[in-house]
Amino acid sequence: MRLTKILLASSALAVSAGAVAAADMANSMTLVSWGGAYQKSQVNAYSEPYKAMHPDLEVVWDESSNEAVAKLRAMDEAGNVTWDVVDVVAADALRLCDEGLAMEIDPDVHLAAAPDGTSAADDFGDLLVGDCYIPQIVYSTTFGYRTDMVPDGVEPPNDICDVFDLETYPGKRSLEKRPINNMEWALLCDGVAKEDVYDVLATPEGQQQALDKLATIKDSVVWWSAGADTPQLLADGEVFIGSTYNGRLFSVIEEQKQPVAMMWDAQVFDLDGWIIPAGLPEDRLARALDFIMFATDTQRLADQAAYISYGPARKSSAPLVGKHAELGIEMGPHMPTDPENAKNTFLYNYEFWADYRDDIDAKFQAWLAQ
Amino acid sequence: MATYTLKYVEKKPLSFSLQVLAAAGGFVGLFVGAAQSTMLNGVIGGAVLMAVLGVLALSVLDEKLEKPFRWGVILLMAAGGWYLGGLAGLIVGGLFGWFFGWFIYWIGEGRYRATLLPYLTPGQVLGHYTFRVVCGLIFFFLITPIVVVMPLSFNAENFFTFTPKMLSLDPEGYSLKHYRDFFTNPDWQQALWNSVSIAPVATLLSVSFGTLAAIGLSSEHVPFRRAIMAILISPMIVPLIISAAGMYFFYSRLGLQGTFWGVVLAHAALGIPFVIITVTATLVGFDRSLTRASASLGANPVTTFFRVQMPLILPGVISGGLFAFITSFDEVVVVLFVGSAGQKTLPWQMFTGLREQISPTILAVATILVGVSIVLLTTVEMLRRRSERLRGLSPG
Repeated sequence: MRLTKILLASSALAVSAGAVAAADMANSMTLVSWGGAYQKSQVNAYSEPYKAMHPDLEVVWDESSNEAVAKLRAMDEAGNVTWDVVDVVAADALRLCDEGLAMEIDPDVHLAAAPDGTSAADDFGDLLVGDCYIPQIVYSTTFGYRTDMVPDGVEPPNDICDVFDLETYPGKRSLEKRPINNMEWALLCDGVAKEDVYDVLATPEGQQQALDKLATIKDSVVWWSAGADTPQLLADGEVFIGSTYNGRLFSVIEEQKQPVAMMWDAQVFDLDGWIIPAGLPEDRLARALDFIMFATDTQRLADQAAYISYGPARKSSAPLVGKHAELGIEMGPHMPTDPENAKNTFLYNYEFWADYRDDIDAKFQAWLAQ
Repeated sequence: MATYTLKYVEKKPLSFSLQVLAAAGGFVGLFVGAAQSTMLNGVIGGAVLMAVLGVLALSVLDEKLEKPFRWGVILLMAAGGWYLGGLAGLIVGGLFGWFFGWFIYWIGEGRYRATLLPYLTPGQVLGHYTFRVVCGLIFFFLITPIVVVMPLSFNAENFFTFTPKMLSLDPEGYSLKHYRDFFTNPDWQQALWNSVSIAPVATLLSVSFGTLAAIGLSSEHVPFRRAIMAILISPMIVPLIISAAGMYFFYSRLGLQGTFWGVVLAHAALGIPFVIITVTATLVGFDRSLTRASASLGANPVTTFFRVQMPLILPGVISGGLFAFITSFDEVVVVLFVGSAGQKTLPWQMFTGLREQISPTILAVATILVGVSIVLLTTVEMLRRRSERLRGLSPG
């Protein structure tokens, strides 16, 4: 054991000063994710194959992504960062990066190139937002509706404004208990053109306009805060239509066989990916980087799509997306990025929300309490 | 004037019985009607049905026909339930029929006075039964949320929903798969293992320290007894989230955060107040001259403690220990802070499960835990009674 260690260490030194030998990597790794079907897809596509390559490694999963920012701050303050790789949405990654809590990533050093030799930076393209973020998937926040609750003689909803149309589509709606997405949808349905939405939303009048539009359906809204809420409400028949992440709806429709269908109009794209906390000890950092290099390569990202309907963040992974691992259905048409589904999409503006989030959040919560 | 016998049971006038019966029928009809989405029809139908049955039972039919009549009511209501709601309706209807068959005679024949003192005024009788009904409602209010999860844990679907199949008692609507998930899923098994390895150690620490503290604090020569007591009890009074945040930063500096012993110590600190309180309470009745007697016979303090004092305060120690155990077993806030993913306990796993994937496995676990709690408490209570009986403290 010691001999190999010395051999490996010396050969590594000889090859390059920067490379770290396998024996110097920590033997346990704490990964933080969201729990549920999403985490399961990561276990299946990333950590199980990685563990198969490193049988000594112990992988611990922590379902704390929801409060990752707060917990990382506390860990940093206490000088005791126990996480190695953390799954967060892009907005959280930007905040963590700004606060110096996440490590900066150089895509060409830390990420694998595509099989055809395209550099990682080009392969991820625009999705590499911020300096610390390693995107895994593109997901969308969109709507699902109960097919058996569509009134007789009425077309099923296919327009975002149908959510605001209580006359044609009576019944409860579930919307996320935060302004993001809801404000944009409200303005879109109040006659604001798609490209002007964020300009309007930057003004107090525009914010009021969005809230006024939301007020027209406020009495019929059930507000959700966890991704699992809308699937439960739809399965219960408690709501007619509700927003949530498209993967959750896929699971309701295809795996749980509930009478629910997708309404993709004005779906909002967002990213989910990894960050590595800043200031990890050397052996754990080496392990985290090694895992990231493996788990975000072209094949692994495509593999994840076999377990959940989120689009891989690499361009080179798209052609490799195949069938669902258990259901055997073609996953392509269930991806938010599928051309059929992405006829009318809405681009979430990170910079706008980074600047206006606190302000609009306060207004939104005050409006909710009215 | 009526002749007063010891038991004041007499037939009531129809004008009284029918009103009560119609009111009761209307009340139940309200719910049955609501389920069929015609509340008004339900109320009227229920009231009329009960009035008709009341007239039949109390004035038309012979008193000897009580038993067949009651069976008739059960069959009638069961048939009605079958018509409205299939198999489940049949059972509910049958239960209604059983209740109302009894209720008609109970009211109409004045049997409700049978167990009461004969001189009570009607107002006092009403008060007596109102009190009972209110108590029943409070009990119902407390227990329903716990009971309702039990059938849901056998749901064949992955949602917290009573499916139509479940409501019609179709066996296909039920399944043990969430129990299977609990017993085979490594996440749940790890959480269960963490819980059962943390709670006993934390309990042991709480009980030892808490008992010693209680004994020390109950002897009069200790200075600042009240202040020390207040500090030791404080984990029970300070909001949990504050203790948790404080422990997080303190334990991080000590290197205890995210370790097994960190969680054990935190839970022990939370459990100690319970032990102190229960043991202090039993020590109030403890006769100090017993320790002096023991000392005069040559026993050292340790022997005295184990042979004389401990057996007498044991009930307090055990119930304190039980509380400490349950505190550790149910605790989610502190472990979220002090623990790391490696110490994920059952409540933590349930908490994340509820937030991220509303899965009935949580309900299956809840059902199992309720069962375990009931068994645990019953055992302790039986042991306590047995030891009291053996010691001749109670005639039972």
